[in-house]
Amino acid sequence: MSSERSERPKSRLRLNYSVLGPLLALALLIVLGASLNGNFLSYTNIANVVARASFIGIIAVGATFVITSGGLDLSVGSMSAFVAGMMIIIINALVPSLGAGWATIIVGILAGLAIGSLGGAANGLLVTAGRIEPFIVTLGTLGIFRALITFLANGGTLNLNFEVSGVYEPVYTGDILGVPVPIIVFAVVAIVGEVVMRRTRFGRHVAAIGSNEQVARYSAINVDRVRLLTYILQGFLIGIAAALYVPKFGSANSSTAVLWELQAIAAVIIGGTMLKGGFGRIWGTVVGVIILELIGNILNLQNLISPYLNQAFQGAIIIIAVLLQRSRRQS
Amino acid sequence: MSDPSPVLCASAISKSFGPVRVLFDVDLNLRSGDVHALIGENGAGKSTLMKILGGYLPPSSGTIEIDGAPVRFGNSAAAEAAGIVLIHQEFNLAEQLTVEANVFLGRELHAGPFLDWRRMREKTRELLAELETDIAPQQRVRELSVPQKQMVEIAKALVRDARVLMMDEPTAALTSREAQVLFRQIEKLKAQGVAILYTSHKLDEVKAISDTVTILRDGAKVTEGPVSEFSIDQMATQMVGRDVSDLFPQKAVHQGEAEALSVAHFSVPGHVEDAGFTLRRGEILGFAGLVGAGRTELMEAIVGLRHARGETRIAGKPTVIRSLKDASRHGLAYLTEDRKGHGLLLDKLMRPNVTLLGLDRFAGIFIDERAEDAALSTSIGEFDIRAPDRQVKVSNLSGGNQQKLLLAKTMLVEPDIVIIDEPTRGIDIGTKQQIYEFINGLAEAGKSIILISSEMAEVIGLCHRVIVMRAGRLTGELTGEDISEENIVRLAVGIEGHRVA
Repeated sequence: MSSERSERPKSRLRLNYSVLGPLLALALLIVLGASLNGNFLSYTNIANVVARASFIGIIAVGATFVITSGGLDLSVGSMSAFVAGMMIIIINALVPSLGAGWATIIVGILAGLAIGSLGGAANGLLVTAGRIEPFIVTLGTLGIFRALITFLANGGTLNLNFEVSGVYEPVYTGDILGVPVPIIVFAVVAIVGEVVMRRTRFGRHVAAIGSNEQVARYSAINVDRVRLLTYILQGFLIGIAAALYVPKFGSANSSTAVLWELQAIAAVIIGGTMLKGGFGRIWGTVVGVIILELIGNILNLQNLISPYLNQAFQGAIIIIAVLLQRSRRQS
Repeated sequence: MSDPSPVLCASAISKSFGPVRVLFDVDLNLRSGDVHALIGENGAGKSTLMKILGGYLPPSSGTIEIDGAPVRFGNSAAAEAAGIVLIHQEFNLAEQLTVEANVFLGRELHAGPFLDWRRMREKTRELLAELETDIAPQQRVRELSVPQKQMVEIAKALVRDARVLMMDEPTAALTSREAQVLFRQIEKLKAQGVAILYTSHKLDEVKAISDTVTILRDGAKVTEGPVSEFSIDQMATQMVGRDVSDLFPQKAVHQGEAEALSVAHFSVPGHVEDAGFTLRRGEILGFAGLVGAGRTELMEAIVGLRHARGETRIAGKPTVIRSLKDASRHGLAYLTEDRKGHGLLLDKLMRPNVTLLGLDRFAGIFIDERAEDAALSTSIGEFDIRAPDRQVKVSNLSGGNQQKLLLAKTMLVEPDIVIIDEPTRGIDIGTKQQIYEFINGLAEAGKSIILISSEMAEVIGLCHRVIVMRAGRLTGELTGEDISEENIVRLAVGIEGHRVA
């Protein structure tokens, strides 16, 4: 008897709404931006927006995995600043021996990736082996990494060796077939992330753990290992973001990457990933990051609202997105 | 039935969720001092009907009258104010609060502007004593066992001076001794003139304690009448719509003495002391005992879900199992007793659920979703899983279909030894029969099965051999004709104590 029941159209509608929501918001912003300023839709402006979104975007891909597994990482901003600072210190220190060329830069990037991964592993181990709430662990490391970068810079700013800077700069400013390098890196990270999330055992396990950790455990999934891996992945991606950040700004200090955690988490939630875990969507995160960056861009293009209020918008959006998720759940 | 006019009179209640109609013009009258049993298979609409009466759901059509006056409850608080209290199958308790705070939640007693803890504590202590439990009023609810929580729920309902008390499957999680306490309470309430409506899958219990029975099938009322007019078989037949007198299949012929799994000097700290037993090939070995005797903990430790000391041998070879993954590799699988908490991802579809344990079989670098779909199709056919369509979340399946899905998930890794923990808890009789057939079929196919069950009939009807546990120890072993309710109870409560050889 039950097999003859027709599909409930309600759930269909809801599904579509959750898929369309972020895309609709993106479309609205584009229309708004275009009506405010003729240059908004120009290739230069759009490429600029996406390139700037790439730092947060790459980090937010990692945050999607962490949040989908039911975790949280508040330390991404401070860790980005710390990794960028360490890269600058290591590169500057290597210039006398390896010279101001690509060898130095590549060692610096590899060191950045390693330090990021280690930082992520520290968060992950405290959460898994230490059995401490991720919120507390990463709130703690948020403070620790922020203090470390301030300490390393001695309260001032760490500057990249000038000669290296010239060689390294094209990694951010350059393009391949007209597409800026950071956009390419962001796209590759996002596509790989989407495939890993949807098509691999790891992705399935991450969602299973976020959905119900006990069920995952009783399904022979090594819960601690998967959780640890999500934090290491987050740290590794912070390393990649730092490798793009350093050539752009050539410096790091105590105000580097402040509140990036807010933007990364906001992007993930706007994109439709459930804050309580169990379901994650990388492409949604990408849309979320671009939405956030467009809001900043639009605020800069008009004079009605002060651009200084940008982060207030981001904060409001994250709250609204979670509210929408909740009402969707309850209906 | 001293009072012939009903306290609560529900007429032509219908309910639809979207286009799906789950209740069809159901009438129900509850009388003061009358115990009314509502029975039916899973998905028959029992819980929905109770939720409507309790103000948790609005009916799509139909009327509810109390003392002859039509009422319409906007929410459960309105129903409670009218003296209608529903105890849910899944408890509604604040885990972090104390027992007394829960009992008086929302109706706290005051002394001036402050809470009157002393009076609340006294009253709670009184109620708990009446319920014959040793729960202290200041204990936190999260520290309580499931049956204890059930008792707190009942105390909570008593404080609310219920005129109509509805209980959804109150005995599903209780041992028979605890159920007896509950029944005595029901008798008391009945004497006080409370109208009681309750659901249960245990028909012998329905027969024993209720006065009136209403049978639902597929959302419609099949029949109603005094319980004395129905035999258990008749009730079962009416519920299912077919004959279910042969609930248990013919026991599979036991295939010899080859050893499948054996453990020795096996201890799980805090739960099991020095256990040892052997499971043979093609055998169904039952584990009986009271809730909390350590059966589940022993099995979870054997499959690597808990830390333990002791020796494990599989097919005669010493084997070290440190994780469920190790167990899988050695052809050993465990089916949890808690299908909602530990077994299935309720917010996911059937496909990722059925392949979660055996995902390695469907994945190289990438998961082969087509192979997963094919596996789901096979499982749906093999286990007769009935779902509206493949796009439903598992939470929307009935308990019986969830249990079948959990079976399918476990069997997908093709284990030789299957440990099945409480496979029919809260499941209707038709599905039970299917699950028994299936377990028996496994034994016939030469697999070895350990069956943990608190349902005596199940252990007696299915198992070749039964081991009884009490307070973390194996207290005895029964075979053949010795497997009887009386013998099991004696070993389970410790009247008799010969140890397993």
